[in-house]
Amino acid sequence: MPDRLRAALLIAPALAVFLAFFLVPLGQLAVAGGAGGYTTILTEPRYWRSLASTLLVAAGTTAITLAIATAVGLFLARTRFPGRGTLLALLTLPLAFPGVVVGYLVIMLAGRQGLVANISLALGGDRIVFAYSLSGLLLGYVYFSIPRTLLTVMAAAEKLDPRLEEAARSLGASSFGVLRDVLLPGLAPALTAAGAICFATATGAFGTAFALASRIDVLPMVIYTEFTLQANLAVAAALSFLLGLATWAVLALARGASGGAAA
Amino acid sequence: MSVAIRLAGCGRTWPGGSIALHPLDLDIAAGETLVLLGPSGCGKTTLLRLIAGLEAPDAGGRVFFDGEDVTRLPIERRHVGMVFQSYALFPNMDVAGNIGYGLRVRGVARAAARRRVDEMLAMMRLDGLGGRRIEALSGGQRQRVALARAIAPRPRVLLLDEPLSALDARLREQLRQEIDALLRSLGITAVYVTHDQAEAMALGDRIAAMEKGRIAQIGTGRDLYHRPANDFVAGFVGDTNRLATPEGERLVRPEHLALRRSATGGFTVVQATFLGPVVRVLLRDAAGRELRADVPDEDVPAPGERVAVLFQGRSLETEAAASPA
Repeated sequence: MPDRLRAALLIAPALAVFLAFFLVPLGQLAVAGGAGGYTTILTEPRYWRSLASTLLVAAGTTAITLAIATAVGLFLARTRFPGRGTLLALLTLPLAFPGVVVGYLVIMLAGRQGLVANISLALGGDRIVFAYSLSGLLLGYVYFSIPRTLLTVMAAAEKLDPRLEEAARSLGASSFGVLRDVLLPGLAPALTAAGAICFATATGAFGTAFALASRIDVLPMVIYTEFTLQANLAVAAALSFLLGLATWAVLALARGASGGAAA
Repeated sequence: MSVAIRLAGCGRTWPGGSIALHPLDLDIAAGETLVLLGPSGCGKTTLLRLIAGLEAPDAGGRVFFDGEDVTRLPIERRHVGMVFQSYALFPNMDVAGNIGYGLRVRGVARAAARRRVDEMLAMMRLDGLGGRRIEALSGGQRQRVALARAIAPRPRVLLLDEPLSALDARLREQLRQEIDALLRSLGITAVYVTHDQAEAMALGDRIAAMEKGRIAQIGTGRDLYHRPANDFVAGFVGDTNRLATPEGERLVRPEHLALRRSATGGFTVVQATFLGPVVRVLLRDAAGRELRADVPDEDVPAPGERVAVLFQGRSLETEAAASPA
């Protein structure tokens, strides 16, 4: 049997699955929007606002998560202390939570009866409540995104040659200089990859938003509302396609920037 | 420009309690090149890192540069140049960026920095490579860039941690000569760590042979070779034989033995290996004790022949052999 034919036969099952469960539904989704669906979402400012706030929350989540994960990851990768393993296990615990549980945790913290509200009330101020808004959603996504970003950063930090940092310091570089010239450039591919995954997850995350409030206007929520409550299939399909396209565009940009290291 | 280094009571114990370096005193003269020589785990790199400021000595230890106590000064303020075995060049900068890094972070004016970088490129025979990326350089070029980067900010002390170990033999020899010439022309105080005794002999004004966290002996290459302080130094710096004589056990260098064919000789030739300048002959006596002799490649006895062994020089008087403990 010629090699080409054998290769074609071997790849056929994967191709069939790819076609049946990805390309065909995606094509149908794209078509299902119809001219009407696309016209509606392109002309209705509400959907544009929704897309903007979705991308904004995802970008904010990515920035905050990367900042926290880089600091914590660098520290954990270089420092050995008693309880380090336990701390790491606690930090990566949210990996096991569905989005709804994360939303519930945010309500426990910043909801009407939450910890922050009670403390601010006890201190003589107003109830501070931010669980049911975009800030609450941001907090939930950050909490949810930290574990895998942290693990990626730690893996990359452990591979950095410690001699590079020592060389920079011997030449007179301050801690900030070492961070700017050695650590961040060394971590850049990992940070881009982790950031892309973080962004994609935050764009599509639904459970947390659903648990927090239905009036949060992020795209997955809008799609859900159009689809189940208003049976507006064309608009839901068009929005889904738009969301996928926007996320793919951002990931492609990240991949370009990192020279292929991103997911 | 060059400074004298003094270590007083400097030891280093790891958090687990194992001792990397027993407390020691060490004086390095201004402009001197001191080689720290020893097998891996002997504490030579720890000692270098204490001088660099990458490790702090145990309580009580102090490090002085020209009388200034720098014990509490972190490496970024000690103004030392470091060269590593792994080169440790910054992959995100080109050759000129690497060499000029120390000038940039110290705030040297741009024009002056560029002049100094060009000067270093010329000195290290790297002309025209300033814009190259690090991946595009050979191992020897990388180590020359690392040297240039360490020297560019005119450090008070130059510290080299096995800088040639990652290179192949030919290149190592060539770069060793270049480093030797460089250290002499700069007149900088340098500490050079290696496990290679040939490198130590070629480079050092003095060699400190280290064993298990202690300096076993410090002196010129000749001192260490001809008057080793103990069995360890005798065995690590050059080859030695243990020879039982009527006066007791003696340590003898292989090149100080000569062989004469003799049917009544005490030794049998086991193996003769041609090494180029000499032939290394392995001998065994009736009791199974082995002896190595380096002899000229003329009429060498063949394996199986019986030979008598003659001294052709002095035996080594180590303190350990002279006064058996």
